Amino acid sequence: MQKITRDQLIEKAASLLGNGTVSCVLGWEKGEFDYDVTPALFETESELREKFVFGDFCGANLSKYLVSKTRKCEGRILVFLKPCDTYSFNQLLTEHRFDREKAYVVGIPCEGMADIERVKELCGDGISSVTADGDELVVTTLYDDEPVRVKAESVLAERCVNCKSKKHVAYDELIGEDGEVLSSARFDEVARLEAMTPDERFAFWQNELSKCIRCNACRNVCPACTCERCVFDNPSSGVENKAAANSFEEKMFHIIRAFHVAGRCTDCGECSRVCPQNIPLHLLNRKFIKDIDDFYGEYQAGAEVGSRAPLVNYTFDDLEPGEVFERGGQDA
Amino acid sequence: MQVKEYKPLIVAFCCNWCSYAGADLAGNNRLSYPADVKIIRVPCSCRVNPMFVLRAFQRGADGVIICGCHPGDCHYTSGNYYTRRRMALLFSMLDYLGIERDRTRLEWVSAAEGAKFAATMNDFVEKVTALGENKRLEDLRCKK
Ligand code: SF4
Ligand code: SF4
Ligand code: FES
Repeated sequence: MQKITRDQLIEKAASLLGNGTVSCVLGWEKGEFDYDVTPALFETESELREKFVFGDFCGANLSKYLVSKTRKCEGRILVFLKPCDTYSFNQLLTEHRFDREKAYVVGIPCEGMADIERVKELCGDGISSVTADGDELVVTTLYDDEPVRVKAESVLAERCVNCKSKKHVAYDELIGEDGEVLSSARFDEVARLEAMTPDERFAFWQNELSKCIRCNACRNVCPACTCERCVFDNPSSGVENKAAANSFEEKMFHIIRAFHVAGRCTDCGECSRVCPQNIPLHLLNRKFIKDIDDFYGEYQAGAEVGSRAPLVNYTFDDLEPGEVFERGGQDA
Repeated sequence: MQVKEYKPLIVAFCCNWCSYAGADLAGNNRLSYPADVKIIRVPCSCRVNPMFVLRAFQRGADGVIICGCHPGDCHYTSGNYYTRRRMALLFSMLDYLGIERDRTRLEWVSAAEGAKFAATMNDFVEKVTALGENKRLEDLRCKK
């Protein structure tokens, strides 16, 4: 259950639209169901009142939309950003993807977002509505007469269970109180994989990656993937938009995707959220983050604007690739 | 029955300014290293895009080694420092995906180190031979 309400956000947006501070608003609108909320651009107060939503399914990180919207929209854009979204915002600024002056950031607190897959595990399919009530979600399905109640805490998205920060690293204005950077257990699962034998790891990834249907949703949603021309759209790259022909292509796609954002990925978790096949893409990104932290010192992409990404940086006495394995930890 | 001896295919990306010359020196000094090492000359170790490594495996390599100038000696001052970070992360990721870690290597070999070049290649070929054919990063369409 979120502490701030839809109405609070609408009031804020309406007043900023009204006094001319901003000319449009990036927010969320309801999709076909309560739980498939999608990002949307609003230009008038009446549009906001009609369609704007805010709740436990507003996981979508709006920062990436600034890249295209700031080019189209005259004037400033109000964007609502949760703490984790502000890291992506900073990262995009670091990479000069849009003009800071064109964005008006309203930081909003976040109590953690729900994962519809977890709701389905508990309530089954055919969900017709999900509404928040205190610290519970009330779920109605097509097959049950009585609505089912689940604790919001029990259906939190993985990335929110392992939230890295409740602190906004960028904003023009805050609604509610700011939180703290958290110490989370987000690398535990990576460590568990590292402790497996190579055969087990190979089987694990073979199984996960073979589910990929190459919809490219993970790339499209990623705020670190904003190249105007992407290798995955290039027919001569051998990894263009099509279903992978075999397991080599699957691995190739996933290694490239994760490598291209290595050192720039803020661990916002959007890629895993949108994957229709529920592939744990965050375990690939976090492997790079964990390695970078271990080898070159802790680095959080987007924590500040202008920091130098680890892959375009070096020291004279960096670890040799051979030493990586000598350091042990992982089973040979 | 005659069993065909397994010989791995090794792709070695060698920097033009050092390791490629090192390979030349090894040849001039008649130091031997297996003929299954296919050398690809690159202007600097930093030219090696991680994609090259994957491509080599796709096209049938059993092992991929990258050789560059010693740290501090790069012809372009800092190229090999970037190579070092990039490959450390790539190799670690391949290992994470369950691909045998002995199939990849990065070595610094200067133009004067013909003996080191030969020794490195012999050792690498030996390790890869022990692993056998690359099955985990193969692309069957590219098999002859
Ligand atoms: S979102 Fe999932 S299924 Fe789609 S391309 Fe990415 S990993 Fe594959
Ligand atoms: S790779 Fe995934 S977690 Fe990282 S920035 Fe992109 S969408 Fe976010
Ligand atoms: S010139 Fe040899 S590694 Fe850069």
